[in-house]
Amino acid sequence: MDDIKIRIKNLNLYYTNFHAIKDVSMNIRANKITALIGPSGCGKSTLLRTLNRINDTIDGVRITGEVIINGKNIYGEDMQVDRVRKEVGMVFQRPNPFPLSIYNNIAFGLEINRLVKTRKETDKIVQESLEDVQLWDDLKNKLKMSAIHLSLEQQQRLCVARVIAIKPQIILLDEPCSSLDPKSTTNLEELMQEMKQKYTMVIVTHNMQQAARLSDDTGYMYMGNLIEFDRTSTIFTNPSKKETDDYVSGRFG
Amino acid sequence: MFKLSPKLSQKIFYTLLAISTAIVIVPVLLIVFIIIKNGWSAISWEFLTTMPTDGMRAGGILPAILGTLSIVACAICITLPVGVCAAIYLNEYAKDNMLTRIIKLAIVNLAGVPSVVYGLFGLGIFVMLLGFGVSIIAGALTLSIMELPVIITTARGALNSVPYAFREASWSLGVSKWQTIRRVVLPNALPGIMTGAILSISRISGETAPILFTAAAFYVPHLPQSMFDQVMALPYHLYIISTQIPNMPKNIIFGTALVLLMMVLSMSLFAIIARLYFRKKRKW
Repeated sequence: MDDIKIRIKNLNLYYTNFHAIKDVSMNIRANKITALIGPSGCGKSTLLRTLNRINDTIDGVRITGEVIINGKNIYGEDMQVDRVRKEVGMVFQRPNPFPLSIYNNIAFGLEINRLVKTRKETDKIVQESLEDVQLWDDLKNKLKMSAIHLSLEQQQRLCVARVIAIKPQIILLDEPCSSLDPKSTTNLEELMQEMKQKYTMVIVTHNMQQAARLSDDTGYMYMGNLIEFDRTSTIFTNPSKKETDDYVSGRFG
Repeated sequence: MFKLSPKLSQKIFYTLLAISTAIVIVPVLLIVFIIIKNGWSAISWEFLTTMPTDGMRAGGILPAILGTLSIVACAICITLPVGVCAAIYLNEYAKDNMLTRIIKLAIVNLAGVPSVVYGLFGLGIFVMLLGFGVSIIAGALTLSIMELPVIITTARGALNSVPYAFREASWSLGVSKWQTIRRVVLPNALPGIMTGAILSISRISGETAPILFTAAAFYVPHLPQSMFDQVMALPYHLYIISTQIPNMPKNIIFGTALVLLMMVLSMSLFAIIARLYFRKKRKW
């Protein structure tokens, strides 16, 4: 039996009156990459964003159902939202480093979450995180440079480094390659494959080839429904629903 | 009806628009020119640093300068923290509901109240009801209420211009909402808030009506000693020496106007330079 990291049970989400996620239930396996695919507006990004409660900040959002991580419902009453987000990191569609130095982009989360006591510890984790995303060799002499001057790929890697520095268990990626060129995309995909050993990852992607080559499990969403969720190989070669087949074979969407 | 050729109508309207723009500049230049021409001869170190003498017909304007500076300094110290806090609440916390809409409407309306009405309000509340008397603090409170909507509006604009992505990035690292505001949003909004504050200072320096009944005195023979003192103030002093005192030397009137104008313009200029500097330094 595989380890289940996230159990989503009967999740519904409403934007004021719009029913954006309809009764979704799924189990996300630990140390695997789970991809969410589907046409624009199908609710895949919204579903991803419920997993670290970052939808909470939007006016008029109402959520029912459960998201159980490590045995606890993150929407439970005694849950602290900041704690949840510390365990469930997120990388966004557009690289969004802070307008700070490379070093401070990573040190920021460490210091605020009080994960480090001394400057030496910070130095160490900054180095480890940058090594993990293969930026250390290029940037070790430019740590004071503003992160804004990095290339988009480097910025997105830095955003990943910023997340892994605070050692979450789960990393959510919301179309992380959509503003990158093909070469950078390949590099980032390789990075994600390596990160699998340490983290459970959920990725939303527009790019079906990316889902096919990168993920272990894939969920196909349409109009707020999770139409089908299975092993990636099954979804792309032998889906059980006709809608899924139409979408992955390019007849629809 | 006759029709103009496109080329001709293009020319006509271009000229019209250009002239309208030029008309804006002319009064500014004229005001500065006339005031400098007539008032320059009065300006001296002594004029800026001594008390008036001879029934204000000679001597300096030091008490009026100090009076204005102290009222304005007090006012900005009150209005800036309150205004910025209100702006943070409205921009970062307030949900879009009835109460928020009423508050926003109140702010817009507060900005439209004539300044003399603020003066009467300050007289009723601060001078009489709260018993501050005609004093620096009563004038400063009146000015700070008048300036509050401007501070709130500019501060909200500055907060709003900080990209939402920065907030999301911070939240997604487990940083609380307040810490995100303090560590991410405010530092990036600070230049905008500060330039707004400087412009507010320059604006309230020249206000006459709100301090007319709340702070300003016709003549005070000594410099301000405490917050509860009446003071002379530049705009009001200017009004008095221009209208209430017979045989007032013209160059002193214009000299006083020149000092006031320079105070206001130099602060505006400072704000503009600061804004250009921060815009160049801005990193997103």
